[in-house]
Amino acid sequence: MIDDFKLLEDVERYINGQMTPDERVQFEGLRKSNPEIDQLVVEHTFFLHQMNRFDDMKKFKSGLNDIHIDLAEKGAIKSTRLKGRAKVIYLVNRYKRVAAIAASIAGVTALTISALVWSISPTTPRKEIAQLNRKFNELNQKNAMLGKQINEVKDQIGTAPAVTYKTGGTGFLIDAKGLLVTNAHVIANAKYIAVQNSDGKDLKVKIVYVDVDRDLAILKIEDSAYRAPKSIPYSIKRSNADLAEPVYTLGFPRNDIVYGEGYLSAKTGFNGDTLTCQIAIAANPGNSGGPILNHNGEVIGILSTKQTSAEGVVFATQSKFIYSALNQLQKDTAYQKVKMPSTSSIKNLDRMQQVKKISDYVYMVKVN
Amino acid sequence: MTIEKETLLLQGLGRNDRKAVEAIYKDNFNMVQALVIKNNGTSEDAKDIFQEAMIVLYEKAKSDSFILNCSLSTFLYSVSRRLWLKRLMQQNRFLIVEESDNELVKVDDDIEDHERINTEFNMMERSINSLGEPCKSLLDAFYIQKRSMQEISASFGYTNADNAKTQKYKCLMRLKKLFFSQYKNYEP
Repeated sequence: MIDDFKLLEDVERYINGQMTPDERVQFEGLRKSNPEIDQLVVEHTFFLHQMNRFDDMKKFKSGLNDIHIDLAEKGAIKSTRLKGRAKVIYLVNRYKRVAAIAASIAGVTALTISALVWSISPTTPRKEIAQLNRKFNELNQKNAMLGKQINEVKDQIGTAPAVTYKTGGTGFLIDAKGLLVTNAHVIANAKYIAVQNSDGKDLKVKIVYVDVDRDLAILKIEDSAYRAPKSIPYSIKRSNADLAEPVYTLGFPRNDIVYGEGYLSAKTGFNGDTLTCQIAIAANPGNSGGPILNHNGEVIGILSTKQTSAEGVVFATQSKFIYSALNQLQKDTAYQKVKMPSTSSIKNLDRMQQVKKISDYVYMVKVN
Repeated sequence: MTIEKETLLLQGLGRNDRKAVEAIYKDNFNMVQALVIKNNGTSEDAKDIFQEAMIVLYEKAKSDSFILNCSLSTFLYSVSRRLWLKRLMQQNRFLIVEESDNELVKVDDDIEDHERINTEFNMMERSINSLGEPCKSLLDAFYIQKRSMQEISASFGYTNADNAKTQKYKCLMRLKKLFFSQYKNYEP
């Protein structure tokens, strides 16, 4: 084993031209006299070449995807979105009748089942679910009073009071122009909201859409310091995710971005809620509003609540509702041009590289 | 487009220079998309086919000895057409409808080369994916990112470079075994 180890090291140094001339002559002699070593050199050269080519190709492929999204957004190549939608409409028309029948059967079944479940399930207090927005530091009463006094003094000398953010969550971009998705509960009762980018800079945002039922909110960054990225690396999935699909999330349970991984454990949420899905993942206050991504780099949900009576049971709003939220939003002409990324450009990357690309698009949401 | 400009673009492509790739993409994608959509494909299919043709061209452009004996767009069109035809044949459809004024070149050999490279790529991908951590990152750091063993042992938390080297050796042997076990069974 030690010998093989040493030999392979020599072979690599030989291939990479890192041997001294003397060593090289000696090694070439060895190669000539020993066919096994000769074979090893040939095989290893081939293998190293394969590894390099693999990496090279991977980079080229992901570059192509980037370029495709870029050009489509700029309108330099014919937009593919319209055709996709035209096809959906075609299919909808074609299967309308079947779908209507299926839906009514499903509806009746769902009603029956939920009635049954309701009648036999024990009443659970709402407290079983905890919203995962986090309270910023332990601002106790005394501090608050001190802060108030300081503000009063500041007011007297005529400067605007600095905002102390008390709670927070996570949000992520769905459009390069600065639209962010987060949970509605993260920004509930907010007086001031800001988002913090990866440089630690606070950016001003305005709330443009809130849907309390689905616990979804859309914010718009309105700050001159915001630098719009060219495109969003991940896409938002329209269809439901699959059971047992491995997923991961990024969020701000503390001041640094934190990564967590898990899997989709149920297609419905707490007590069979069909708006959400259940995920087994470690999440803490502050993770609220964070994206849940699958291995292709597609957002499948928005992390929202966790079950307090069980560990690692987390519920996420399904990503398709981002589309319905955006449709509502687009009734306002100002947002008609918003296009969500439909293909993920990080599909072929490994997890580390995916996270590296995504983390610039995930923001900390700070609320006072 | 002049020959000089095409040569420059091709050289840029060989270096994976973003501007060159983007220029070629922009000039040729619509043409291939039109072909695929006219022949029962979706725009998603068109994207797949076109990107595959770009990869074929990229493989060619990387080798110094390569000389393109037709225009870039003729080559990309011919390759895409061939790839799409192949896809259609798998679905038992043979006809291809197209504008008659599109020039074509013979690309059989290029496609054959590409298929071999593609198979090897998939073998390597499968091998690397079944390798698991920390092997995957360790080999990536050394062979792809070309970081030094000292650096790697520090960032992975090994006590010294020799231990990291031993681990790297074990990982490499596992990867080679995984790769060659597939490669041996592969008949081109």
